[in-house]
Amino acid sequence: MMEFAPVRAVWRRELALYRRYWASTSFAAMTEPTIYLLAFGYGFGSVVGALYGYDYKDFVATGVVATAVLFIGAFGGMFNTFIRRTFQHTYDAMLAAPVDVRELVTAEASWLAVKAGVYGCAPMLVGVAFGLEPSWGMLLVPFIGFLTGLVFALFGVWVSAIVPSINTFDYVITGALTPMFMVAGTFFPVTQLPAWVAAAAQVNPLYHCVELVRGAVFGRLGLDDLGHLGVLSACAVLMWALAVWKMRARLID
Amino acid sequence: MPIVASMDAIVLHGVTKRYPDVTAVDGLDLEVPEGICLGLLGPNGAGKSTTMRLLTAQSLADEGEIRVMGLRLPQQSKQARALMGVVPQLDNLDEELTARENLEVFAHLYRVPRQERRAAVDRALALAQLTDRAATRTVNLSGGMRRRLLIARGLVHQPRLVLLDEPTVGLDPQVRQELWSLIVRLREEGVTTLMSTHYIEEAERLADDCALMSHGRIVARGSPEELVKEHAGAEVAEHYASQERQAEIAALAAEAGVPTRRTGPSISLLKSEQLPRSLEEALGPPNVRRPATLEDVFVVLTGEAVE
Ligand SMILES: Nc1ncnc2c1ncn2[C@@H]1O[C@H](COP(=O)(O)OP(=O)(O)OP(=O)(O)O)[C@@H](O)[C@H]1O
Ligand SMILES: [Mg+2]
Repeated sequence: MMEFAPVRAVWRRELALYRRYWASTSFAAMTEPTIYLLAFGYGFGSVVGALYGYDYKDFVATGVVATAVLFIGAFGGMFNTFIRRTFQHTYDAMLAAPVDVRELVTAEASWLAVKAGVYGCAPMLVGVAFGLEPSWGMLLVPFIGFLTGLVFALFGVWVSAIVPSINTFDYVITGALTPMFMVAGTFFPVTQLPAWVAAAAQVNPLYHCVELVRGAVFGRLGLDDLGHLGVLSACAVLMWALAVWKMRARLID
Repeated sequence: MPIVASMDAIVLHGVTKRYPDVTAVDGLDLEVPEGICLGLLGPNGAGKSTTMRLLTAQSLADEGEIRVMGLRLPQQSKQARALMGVVPQLDNLDEELTARENLEVFAHLYRVPRQERRAAVDRALALAQLTDRAATRTVNLSGGMRRRLLIARGLVHQPRLVLLDEPTVGLDPQVRQELWSLIVRLREEGVTTLMSTHYIEEAERLADDCALMSHGRIVARGSPEELVKEHAGAEVAEHYASQERQAEIAALAAEAGVPTRRTGPSISLLKSEQLPRSLEEALGPPNVRRPATLEDVFVVLTGEAVE
């Protein structure tokens, strides 16, 4: 049976670490989207102007939410989990206490997901500072960030349990994350891409995140967004199962 | 099947754990009665740490039956882990966290109730003698302090059963003494302790009972005195001799059924008080006569060669 107490105990450790590193974490979370916004929103925006009726920098500010979520979730899931498992033996220590692998994985991923949900709002807030119009729908963005962050954190945990060494992450980043990042509709609509690439975007969780964020922020959520939500939820369930399976194989011999 | 109230804190029956290259635990039978300190002695690679991991279900046995505090493993391992404190052989403290934070995290993991948590952490800090270093990050603690913290972490929830895997390795004599008194205190409080160690003296002083492990199974079991009496007798005769002569003596002794062990420049004949007349005459008087020790038993029973 899955219990809440161990999950909270693992969060307690994350909280202790966060208290130590919140300044650098927050600095990175705020600065990166600002750079994207300035570079793309203004640099590019002055050429592009408007896109599908949106001001280009509003388009980018909403799109970069997904980028932030991707980085926090996937990088945290891959690197933190790998380092804690292999170098620090943190999980070995924890699993000697009344904690199961699935509780451990759930706790680690959900913490990252909360972080992704919170810091994922940073680009949007920076966007507001640069003229994006506030809307009630923005209140949904942390939740969209959480769900997407969960998918990528679990993906990262899964990957961390199958790579032979930390260098192998290069393949994952270049071969999987970068393409996902490019064909998610962050900087330009996927409809601009060749048909097969646009089709591939349909299985990219990040694309569904971008669609949901824009739907929420621009107040045009519709029935098709249930589809996006469904894809993200299905990905989360699948990734959870994969992450728990492989982590158990690595931690329990 | 109803759980029978047992007087054994730990029961292992015919437990086998195979790794691709080696059978780490090979048909192990071991019972640890409640309230005792059992010293698990064995050379490197004997399977001590693997046994400990089996008891927390971090390793799953290929065969055999394991019970901890009456709970069946691995099915009820989570309940069992809640009742146990574990001090691993390899330091896995959280280096980024302070001494206090390390203990707090484990107080949470072990589900110490909220009202008692602060007191539990303070008590563990005192136990580790780190009260005034509570705010020091673990990475900045000395090796001995880390070891103490590691032990205190396994005791933060006042478990009834403690697994100590080589608790005093790499510690200076003073700190080792302190840890010994700590273990003695645990036993006085009725805590069951399973302690693996390489230090014979440690086992002699602390353990009510010793189990000698070799190649994944127990080869001898008893109190230190019983083990010495049974396997090494009362007295040991040491003969200083060249390597060739040592080999000759060893052969003669083996013929007479007398156990021997190499002791550097000399060869030791155990149970020398039972030496046959003829052998005694063939060897001449020994250079040294000394009482038999647990170390003699250890070496004779677990083999001299390190594999
Ligand atoms: N995860 C593993 N994978 C493969 N082999 C393992 C694993 N863990 C232990 N072994 C092997 O099992 C055997 C027993 O190891 P174990 O660590 O239990 O010995 P030990 O008695 O604790 O030794 P030491 O006194 O050196 O700590 C060794 O041959 C070891 O190489
Ligand atoms: Mg060991």
